[in-house]
Amino acid sequence: MYRYDEFDATFVRQRVKQFRGQVERRAAGELSEDEFRPLRLMNGLYLQLHAYMLRVAVPYGTLSARQMRKLAFIADSYDRGYGHFTTRQNIQYNWPRLPDVPDILGHLAEVEMHAIQTSGNCIRNVTADHWAGVAADEVEDPRPYAELMRQWSSLHPEFSFLPRKFKIAVTGSQADRAAIRYHDIGLRLKKNTQGEAGFEVFVGGGMGRTPMLAARVRDWLARDDLLTYLEAIMRVFNLHGRRDNKYKARIKILVHALGAEEFSAQVEEEFARTGAPRIMPGEGELKRIAAYFAPPGYDALRDDDPALALRLEKHKDFAGWVERNVSAHGVPGYAIVNISLKPIGGIPGDASADQMRAVADLAESFSLDEIRISHEQNLVLPNVRKRDLFAVWLSLGEHGLADANIGLASDIIACPGLDYCGLATARSIPVAQDISKRLGEPARQREIGDMKIKISGCINACGHHHAGHIGILGLEKRGREYYQITLGGSGDESASVGEIIGPGFSSENLSGAVETIVDTYVELRQNGETFLEAYRRVGPEPFKEAVYATH
Amino acid sequence: MPLIRDGEIIADTWRVLDEGAEIPGQGDVILSLERLRNGAGQIAARAGRTGVAIENSADPGELEAHLAHLDLIALDFPAFTDGRAYSQARRLRVHFGFAGELRARGSVLADQAGFLTRVGFDTFELAGGQSLKVWNASARSMTLAYQRGYDGGQATREAVTELPAPA
Ligand code: SF4
Repeated sequence: MYRYDEFDATFVRQRVKQFRGQVERRAAGELSEDEFRPLRLMNGLYLQLHAYMLRVAVPYGTLSARQMRKLAFIADSYDRGYGHFTTRQNIQYNWPRLPDVPDILGHLAEVEMHAIQTSGNCIRNVTADHWAGVAADEVEDPRPYAELMRQWSSLHPEFSFLPRKFKIAVTGSQADRAAIRYHDIGLRLKKNTQGEAGFEVFVGGGMGRTPMLAARVRDWLARDDLLTYLEAIMRVFNLHGRRDNKYKARIKILVHALGAEEFSAQVEEEFARTGAPRIMPGEGELKRIAAYFAPPGYDALRDDDPALALRLEKHKDFAGWVERNVSAHGVPGYAIVNISLKPIGGIPGDASADQMRAVADLAESFSLDEIRISHEQNLVLPNVRKRDLFAVWLSLGEHGLADANIGLASDIIACPGLDYCGLATARSIPVAQDISKRLGEPARQREIGDMKIKISGCINACGHHHAGHIGILGLEKRGREYYQITLGGSGDESASVGEIIGPGFSSENLSGAVETIVDTYVELRQNGETFLEAYRRVGPEPFKEAVYATH
Repeated sequence: MPLIRDGEIIADTWRVLDEGAEIPGQGDVILSLERLRNGAGQIAARAGRTGVAIENSADPGELEAHLAHLDLIALDFPAFTDGRAYSQARRLRVHFGFAGELRARGSVLADQAGFLTRVGFDTFELAGGQSLKVWNASARSMTLAYQRGYDGGQATREAVTELPAPA
């Protein structure tokens, strides 16, 4: 894991002090709310429906036990004993008081964390594959580059007042677990025939009211050109992105208006002109960062563990959990444990301070002190010895964290919606709870199989509904909530945008409609097709027919 | 509105020429982009210094042909959240090698001090009611920066090798 040196530590401390000064000037009336707003947003502080909300960055989703304990401490001391993990590898606290925020940021700085640029029209927290460094199918660990981009984007002098927010995601695998084509910039780390590292570059993806998949602008970008090329993209966007209409201000609109080819040509011209001065750090600095991500001290183990085999035979529940929640690790004898934050009928992504501490303890005892946050609002213990899986499962169970539903119908992504968010047009949490109760019976959801249901409480699409196999968008008409359903979306390497199936549903009818869609799929699937495969084969018609006949 | 350079308030010797007015031979005057384009011959012959003020939607490349005769370029912040002029400044400094005075005008807030300096601005027309003290406190609030290849008083990691090693 990356560790701050004195430089990073001083940087973050100075930033906290600077914000403390801004909060004081706001309190003294020296800054108007209009002036203060962008400043607090760039420090992760929103004003929500009922209170302030602080969004803390978990850069590329990697945490240590000590950091997780600090998040629990903040939840206890400044919130109501819980935190909410988001789709962008952040954690949100819903009830901080403004005067306390500089102190909270101070606590975070103590454990090498911050809330810098988790909001505002700037480059946001850089996200990465949550299995980075441990996935069996990885070409190279993308985190050293994610860390490089975290540093480069922090308080960037030229790109802190962009037309709109800007999101970058990076993966090092062919399987895309970071939804790179739904980001403003998506990067896929790869190697050329000489074994040198470089990137495939996608630009202009996004959700919101105009969902778009990012266009590929470079098949190969040499590693040493990474930051220079990113600066070229950012400069074209900063100068030419629309600022007259916030709904048309994301880079996807610019890419679409110019056409990917013309946009790319402008970027290449800018890139060609920016030879000197040097933007990338030297080899030594790249090595310094990469060294922090060297594989931890793994034991030399046999891949199969006899004790595990025995336990799998004896404990059906355990076996079911292993099947859904445990994934292949690149090192023999190790496994990746995915911890579901989606208990049946619970709030997706919420964790109590006690649960955070329990996960921290497990990470220390069983995962070489590492925890990951996934963009699907779950947690990951990336380095568990297979022989320890049973102990980890038992302990998770004691803390209500052993739901065996990763990737299943009740593993729902939902934004906070009208329960918290000032922009919401409808509630999303109760909808998620309803659906999860309806489909969450263990045998039933196993029977349904891989299913991504994603729910947003308004057109901004923070719940990624466009990328849901079943996507749900909450809207409002004449004071009543109603919900639009889209089908066939996907955020993985076969990315697609979901299609609206027809008129919306009331909150009473919605979960029934979702169930009808699921039942229709179960009936028509062939040879073990997943929902997405079946949908791609048959199209929307059978689903429409079934849903509108009954609802 | 106070004009700031190097952390101090300085006298402003420049005046913005009214649209209809004759371009004088003497004195420091700031022209619009249009006057600059139309008066190229006259400007080359001036004894006084010449500057230009451009909108933040203008292409800084338009100034390329005139740079030899320009001592000042004023860039505009219609709102402090509208950051186009940062990239205009960067292009002028890096692509076109402009070495004269870059001035920030409009909605210029103390909290922008560090950013503005780093992309190459030298002088700042501080917007309404802010004090030099707040400007300087803000300008000094961050002494370190992660971005390489930018100017200004902040040090990159390479420039602060004397900082203690990680604990
Ligand atoms: S999708 Fe809308 S309601 Fe949900 S968090 Fe985003 S802005 Fe709020």
